[in-house]
Amino acid sequence: MDKLELQKTANEVRKSIVTAVHAAASGHPGGSLSSAELYTYLYFEELNIDPKDPKKPDRDRFVLSKGHTAPGYYSVLAERGFFPKEDLKTLRHLGSYLQGHPDMKHIPGVDMSSGSLGQGISAAVGMALSAKLFGDDFRVYTLLGDGEIEEGQVWEASMLAGFRKLDNLVVIVDNNNLQIDGPIDEVNSPYPIDKKFEAFNFHVINVADGNDFDQLKAAFDEARSVKGMPTAIIMKTVKGKGVSFMENQVGWHGKAPNDEQYEQAMAELEKAGEALCQK
Amino acid sequence: MSEVKKIATRASYGAALVELGKKHPDLVVLDADLAAATQTGVFKKAFPERHIDCGIAECNMAGVAAGIATTGRVPFFSTFAMFASGRAYEQVRNSIAYPQLNVKIGATHGGISVGEDGASHQCCEDFALMRVIPGMVVACPADDIEAKALVEAAYEHKGPVYMRFGRAAVPVINDNPDYKFELGKGIVLREGKDLTIIANGLCVAASLEAAEALARDGIDAKVINMHTIKPLDEELVIAAAKETGKVVTVEEHSIIGGLGGAVCEVLSEKCPVPVKRIGVRDVFGESGPAAALLKKYQLDGDGIYSQIREFLA
Repeated sequence: MDKLELQKTANEVRKSIVTAVHAAASGHPGGSLSSAELYTYLYFEELNIDPKDPKKPDRDRFVLSKGHTAPGYYSVLAERGFFPKEDLKTLRHLGSYLQGHPDMKHIPGVDMSSGSLGQGISAAVGMALSAKLFGDDFRVYTLLGDGEIEEGQVWEASMLAGFRKLDNLVVIVDNNNLQIDGPIDEVNSPYPIDKKFEAFNFHVINVADGNDFDQLKAAFDEARSVKGMPTAIIMKTVKGKGVSFMENQVGWHGKAPNDEQYEQAMAELEKAGEALCQK
Repeated sequence: MSEVKKIATRASYGAALVELGKKHPDLVVLDADLAAATQTGVFKKAFPERHIDCGIAECNMAGVAAGIATTGRVPFFSTFAMFASGRAYEQVRNSIAYPQLNVKIGATHGGISVGEDGASHQCCEDFALMRVIPGMVVACPADDIEAKALVEAAYEHKGPVYMRFGRAAVPVINDNPDYKFELGKGIVLREGKDLTIIANGLCVAASLEAAEALARDGIDAKVINMHTIKPLDEELVIAAAKETGKVVTVEEHSIIGGLGGAVCEVLSEKCPVPVKRIGVRDVFGESGPAAALLKKYQLDGDGIYSQIREFLA
């Protein structure tokens, strides 16, 4: 896919996020939107996966450690063909397989259940370690929130990943700078994030704009070339990206748009999509 | 009388893993800097490439085990019961049990018989903590033979299993040719008509001693080894309650929420009879030699005998 196609796809993912969260009347749009390019890049460019065979043994694995941004994850899985897009409107509904947080037992394409922060990265380390022990050549990717890395378990997992030289593991941190109680550097600052991962024996790649596909491509290409250590990609993003009134607003971490806000958000995204089509 | 052979079930755990490791190349063992104590060191020696020491980081170890299980291999993670069921509780619940991953938890050093390390390391709450998690199998073997059989059964079972082993050497009581282990099936060790003693772990041997003492008083106790706390062998519990009219539970665990709790839940709903729960009475343990502690907390043969006499009085 060329950059323009990826941008169009990310815009479709954004529409799905807003639609799903609106239909659910709850959920987490902010961190879903900030990672829309990342999800799109992973599922349309980076990962070795097959929507028709979601459990194929040699697939690359993805663990959404920041599991509350399931709307972004589910939207890209649907966009990639793992399940019907119309099902996204059942998000969080009683009886739907699209649980509030990722559920590997019922959702095609989900490699690990997650949602309790700090736990997904450990599972990703376990997958990468298993591949090393048994000679599998799949790669493992996990996405963490910048607030999430306040959890101690993240560093337990990182210590083991660095020590075990898991060069089949890529840890991505969505650095949108906001957590529920405010800016991360006002709540309990995890900065400097890059220095911390370096100290845990990671190869660190700082991405100045994680909503830019060129920069994402450069980062993931570099990660593939790294041998003998895991990679951490720290990407600066905009929380709520793509919906003007959600951008950089902490209040949109975990809140659904009302009908009027939904219409406005969709109108903005439609317009953005049309602009991309004219390129 | 010849000296009874005594082996700690944690040693049985390590030995059983080595045997299983030979048969099953997909078996992986994880430790958190306690391989010497959990006795998985023998596995590490036999299969260094399949042993992962996660260092002192139990929460991560539980998650790593979950990740390994998603790739189709069978991880056994080992640490003290306190840390496996306590510190890593939420990881066990959310990363292992909720996705129904095939992870086996080898929790050693359960109960007060940990001894000199004292209350901080004497976990008497693990049956309760693990039992409330949906889909979790919880078991505590009585001796070496049963511990080895349990490890093998845990491997064969698809899904999470919590196994509690002890630090102290305990008498081998199951060395008879008819012994058969099945998860979720209690074993009647002694028939009796006056009451039923349901025990697990090292309390099984002590309960047999108590039953002998009761017999000298003319009281005929049935003794059941209930190695699996969950799923509980309800059929056997109800049949025994109907048959003997009184039930005593004995465990090296809090009287709240463990084997005693599980038996009471079943009997109160399906066959109400007087029940006495023998165990640790909602207190923390303390430092001391294992045998002295078991005596003080009345979990040795004498202590169980006298508590049952009080119950029957």
